[in-house]
Amino acid sequence: MTRYGMVIDVERCTGCFNCFLACRDEHSGNDHRPVSAAQPDGHSWIKVREVERGSYPKVKVSYVPVPCLHCTDAPCMDAAIGGAIYRRADGIVVIDPDKAAGQHGIVSACPYGAVFWNAAENLPQKCSFCAHLLDDGWKEPRCVEACPVQALVFGDLDDPRSDVARLCAEKRVEALAPKPAELPPVGYLGLPKFFFAGEIVLGDKPDECPEGVTVRLRDGKQTVTAFTDNYGDFEFNGLEADAEYVLSIEQAGYKPRELRVHTGADPNVGTIVMEPAA
Amino acid sequence: MAAQDFTSCTNAGPITVTVEDGKVVRVRPLVAEQGDFRPWTIEAGGRSYSPPKKFNLAPFVFSERDRLYSQDRIKTPLKRVNFDPGPAGKRNPESRGKAGYEPIGWDEAIEIVAGELKRVKDAHGPSAIAAMTSSHHNWGMVGYKMSAFTRFFNLIGHTPVLDNPDSWEGWHWGATHSYGFYWRLGMPEPYDMLEDALQNAEMIVFWSNDPDTTRGVYTGQDAAIWRQWLKDKGVKMVFIDPFHNYTAAAMGGKWIAPRIGTDTAMAMAIAHVWITERTYDQEYVKDRTVGFDEFRDYILGKQDGCPKTPAWAAEQSGIAARTIKALAREWASRRTVLSAGARGGEGGACRQAYGTEWARMMVLLQAMQGLGKPGISIWGTSMGAPVNADVGFPGYGDPEGRISTTRAAVACPENPVTQRLYRPIVPDAILNPPIHWLGDGFCNRSLDQQFTPHTYPEPGCSEVKLWYRYGGSFMGTMTDTSKWARMYQSPKLEFVVNQDVWWSSETGFADIILPACTQLERDDIGEWGEPGGQTRHGNSGCNFRVVVRMKKCISPLWESKSDYEIFTLLARRLGVEAQYTEGNTDRDWARKIFEISDLPKRVSWEEFERKGYHIINAPEHRKATPGLRWFAEGRACDTPDPRNPKRGTVKARELGTDSGKIEFVSGSLHKVFPGDTQRPPMPHFIPSWEGHQSPLAAKYPLQLLSPHPRFSFHTHYDKHAHWMDEVPLHRVVKDGYAYWPARLHPEDARARGIENGDVIKLYNDRGGVLCAAVVTERVRRGVVHSPVSSAKYDPLEPGNPHSVDRGGCVALLTPGRMMSQNVAGMAPNSCLIEVEKWNG
Repeated sequence: MTRYGMVIDVERCTGCFNCFLACRDEHSGNDHRPVSAAQPDGHSWIKVREVERGSYPKVKVSYVPVPCLHCTDAPCMDAAIGGAIYRRADGIVVIDPDKAAGQHGIVSACPYGAVFWNAAENLPQKCSFCAHLLDDGWKEPRCVEACPVQALVFGDLDDPRSDVARLCAEKRVEALAPKPAELPPVGYLGLPKFFFAGEIVLGDKPDECPEGVTVRLRDGKQTVTAFTDNYGDFEFNGLEADAEYVLSIEQAGYKPRELRVHTGADPNVGTIVMEPAA
Repeated sequence: MAAQDFTSCTNAGPITVTVEDGKVVRVRPLVAEQGDFRPWTIEAGGRSYSPPKKFNLAPFVFSERDRLYSQDRIKTPLKRVNFDPGPAGKRNPESRGKAGYEPIGWDEAIEIVAGELKRVKDAHGPSAIAAMTSSHHNWGMVGYKMSAFTRFFNLIGHTPVLDNPDSWEGWHWGATHSYGFYWRLGMPEPYDMLEDALQNAEMIVFWSNDPDTTRGVYTGQDAAIWRQWLKDKGVKMVFIDPFHNYTAAAMGGKWIAPRIGTDTAMAMAIAHVWITERTYDQEYVKDRTVGFDEFRDYILGKQDGCPKTPAWAAEQSGIAARTIKALAREWASRRTVLSAGARGGEGGACRQAYGTEWARMMVLLQAMQGLGKPGISIWGTSMGAPVNADVGFPGYGDPEGRISTTRAAVACPENPVTQRLYRPIVPDAILNPPIHWLGDGFCNRSLDQQFTPHTYPEPGCSEVKLWYRYGGSFMGTMTDTSKWARMYQSPKLEFVVNQDVWWSSETGFADIILPACTQLERDDIGEWGEPGGQTRHGNSGCNFRVVVRMKKCISPLWESKSDYEIFTLLARRLGVEAQYTEGNTDRDWARKIFEISDLPKRVSWEEFERKGYHIINAPEHRKATPGLRWFAEGRACDTPDPRNPKRGTVKARELGTDSGKIEFVSGSLHKVFPGDTQRPPMPHFIPSWEGHQSPLAAKYPLQLLSPHPRFSFHTHYDKHAHWMDEVPLHRVVKDGYAYWPARLHPEDARARGIENGDVIKLYNDRGGVLCAAVVTERVRRGVVHSPVSSAKYDPLEPGNPHSVDRGGCVALLTPGRMMSQNVAGMAPNSCLIEVEKWNG
């Protein structure tokens, strides 16, 4: 039995919006009942979130495409009345455009903002994985076909040979926040994590970048070590949210430095000047 | 509902168009049979790299259907309400830009336009008629701007307008004098650069280059995966750009953001490090270059007492000396690709005051590292895949690929008029003649061609009385563009026509407006990504060469007609229809161009017509000939660069410079302008005439950076496809209005009481433009990033050239001044502005 799923690789996504625009082309003005009514302006059935972190010049930008996750335990289904939302045998969660009329509660039930309200038609609407195309023999939805870097991988989760199943088997796939108990059929790779970055300068040699300076980051449990690169830059990535750390810098012949840093603040700790030991 | 699929090709990818009941319902990447693809393979580092069997479109192409049915289409011929073309009628030119329009029939429109063409020509000669196109609004050999349009105007005679090389000014006017390639307008040959980079490169320095945004110009997103491969391979990436651009966002890496106008100083400081630390390729410099000693002395300060040290460059650029040193050392120690613009050369740093100096320095830096050796190249990362260069199909840049000049025609009429106008200064010419400039526009015939002096009006020719405009983008794309509005309102232009598909910035300045149709409503033929001419083998930015039979999917909408039909009707009224058409329909022309290409050796017309496309795969057994490897190794040129004039001659080992070598001191410049201090024979750092150190910065302290846009092709697809308004990086919708974004640093915003999403006014003495503030750490302090190419000129006071524009045409703010005294290139990135919150 086919069970459709998607893995979205945020590390690959370039923020080109092909997915959003291909979705618009497929659905705007095109009624695909019974799986979807025409998409009006203002809807983003796959919404590309731009996530900017850090500060000049230590900046990171990620693009996180968010379609309907077709949740295993879908809150929208609980909110729907009269069978307005159902799960197909292939796992696709469908809002029935006829039965869902007037049910505004379905929009607010989605924790990911993936359901949109069509005011003119009095209708909640969302991504259907282009079920009308899959039923017609297509191998993938329009957004996946349009992606130039294979950041969207689609297929049968129950087929161990499929790319999507292989990726899921690698265990790196994670759920978008807020994380449900069970990984939804749409999972993510490379979701942006907290980081710290900075530049080390030696006070007596401000015109040379110090390479190989030891920088340690520790919380109550463990310590990770990094070394400055040829620009004197260091970086710690993949940190957990809402945590406090101590950043310590050591270089022979210089006074050690220690800073308290928190993931809630600017990840760019700036330029840290090391003064020579007396 | 019987659905039918048609094939077509846009300027950013081939498409399959689904039509149901006479209506387009879907536009997707061209659907080709899987068996038609035979992907190339590159072996590198123990891995095989092959592209997926698909075509990767640029995002805006997915809005083609929206653009097709746009309410912004010009639906019928229109006449300005207070325009009376009769002998005693009032024309009221001063009301252009504010007066309304009334629909008229095609018969009346053709009668008026043909009547005016005849009247002006009879009274003043053909030089009084000027005709001007915009670029790239549609694809296709028949409908392209140099084709149907030029055939008509060559037939009746006209003053053509020379295009300036607007995207690569500094390379055209500068780099050509360092390493030749004038036949490519200063950009290097792209052959096998992908394979070279995958096999050899250890680092890529993206200097003023955002290939994820400029996408090989026409090649959609086929190259995006190449950069993913290079990233996965661990190739280090450095981005030098005042804006943390989209490629930097996608790739990560080191971001270095110099002040605008100081890139040349940074480049010289890198040379200083290499010279003082002797980490340049001394043998290459000795054998393959001329003039190094003089350059070395200048860099070391022996000429002017000012050594171009990292500390000196730090003062100019705001980048720490230690960072410049680290970059220089890393560059010298790794095999480094310099990626300095979409096609190798281009980039915003070449479109500013003295941009020639930066472009030349890019060539000279790589010369110091052995340009052409493995992994040491000038490469944009968006051209240079393996390609079959033996199968010829013409591009729009080739005479064969235009119905105005092709040998597929029985005869091609020649324009009898020798007078020229020059695009960036057309309004100056019309309003304040006489004017003078140097160069024939795109100077791809010789190093000297750009020195050709021009005067308008030319002796024996008339000033222009009739302005026939095809497209209407310039308010958003040229410089100091309010002068176009002033030009349109001048009584010197007795008659103005605008022919376009959509309402664009200049449409509402015309007396008569003619509605053209899109390429989906007519027949044509074209190869994806291949401009031909000076960008021959631009198709190597695509993973697969594909020639597409561009089918007429639906009949022209509303009252629109194809450009070819409009010109046919005008030719009929003027009694020259037979010469214009030679009895051909647009489909007949498409077939004739097919027949003079190499395609009939591979596929019949009938089969091509049935399938709608033909893929030309890279050869199965191929030998890579990386660009400039032959030069670095002292061999004869072995790349398939057809316009290299020395290829196949006794000078085949030489570059296109006078000496045949890379010239630190240019012979071609020394010969003509030995005393030029603004583009000296050897590149110098010259502070910008409108930069952070200018007196004007006291009044306008922010520098405007206006690079090419990410979500439109120049102006195309902006405004006319309203789906694009919902791409939040393209436009920002506020209170129901889609504003153009302007990105500024949080501290610059805070100092002005500006918050993210506020409507702000960007202004200087040249004008004012409303934008939506995007407050971001992705620009350095003191820089405002707002792309050029808004299609929406929306003055708050229509008809007033000085009005604040709400549409986002930041080109209104940029200087009209040319790059330097003998360089007729535009310099929009030398632009000082102030920004304030708009409470209007």
